Amino acid sequence: MVTALALVRVASLFAAVMLTGIYSLLTAALFVLLDAVDVAFTEAAVGAGITTVLMLGTLALLRAGPEVCESPHGRVLPLASVLLTGAAIVYATFDMPRLGDPQAPAHRHVAPRYIEQSAAEVGPPNIVTSVLASYRGYDTLGEVAVIFTAGIGVMLLLGGRRKG
Amino acid sequence: MRRNPVVGEFSDLLIPAIVLFGLYVQFHGDFGPGGGFQAGVIVAAGVILHALVHGLDRTQSRLPPRLIRVLVALGLLLYAGVGFVALLGGGNFLDYDALAADPLAGQHLGIYLIELGVGITVAAVMIAVFYAFAGRRGP
Repeated sequence: MVTALALVRVASLFAAVMLTGIYSLLTAALFVLLDAVDVAFTEAAVGAGITTVLMLGTLALLRAGPEVCESPHGRVLPLASVLLTGAAIVYATFDMPRLGDPQAPAHRHVAPRYIEQSAAEVGPPNIVTSVLASYRGYDTLGEVAVIFTAGIGVMLLLGGRRKG
Repeated sequence: MRRNPVVGEFSDLLIPAIVLFGLYVQFHGDFGPGGGFQAGVIVAAGVILHALVHGLDRTQSRLPPRLIRVLVALGLLLYAGVGFVALLGGGNFLDYDALAADPLAGQHLGIYLIELGVGITVAAVMIAVFYAFAGRRGP
């Protein structure tokens, strides 16, 4: 929370990139507290690590300093839209089941089968791996295809001038 | 590029450990947190650290962009290939039970191979994106 506020207030882009990295690391710690170790791992590696390096690389490409531009609508309209969206999101969380509620819909559909049967049906002790790689193997294939496409897109956009 | 001997020596010690940890995360994902995605990112982080310390040219002479481009596609091909092998074995697409006589052994082999595919593609894409960013000269 403090990091996010500092992120909004800070003027230097370098400091902002560092703060996003710190924010990702703190989010990873939050995921660990919620027992989502696999997600925390990813957040720490991608959010705090790779993204920060890529942002710094972008900053190095933009040698000119940041251009501060005033919105033609002044500050009222952006503030109002941010507050409205934030209020809508907070309102939506009121419908969420309590954290760890065993009767929550997410825990009553396929999750019991994963927990009870995955050792016999798939094998690995890490149920997250069983779900990602086996039960939802098709989804994961799609995710890899998305990463592949994104990589190809960046190479086409940025890598064209060099002859590899 | 200014070379700092302390940074250089220390990261030379660190990079093999990072890549080794990446491989551990890759192949231990069945038992602990981790898997192909995280492992790919960690291995890519090791390569990026090498490029940051020793300069992009030395990294690219060891890991040429051409090889990285091949690896980007290879991981996805491996993943999809496992799916088609399962089809040929009489199962559904990506049904690892059909990969071996024993369903559990088939599942194990299938997960092992597709996680490897995920790891290869993720690591190669991250390195390729970094190459693309770092290889450009500023305006």
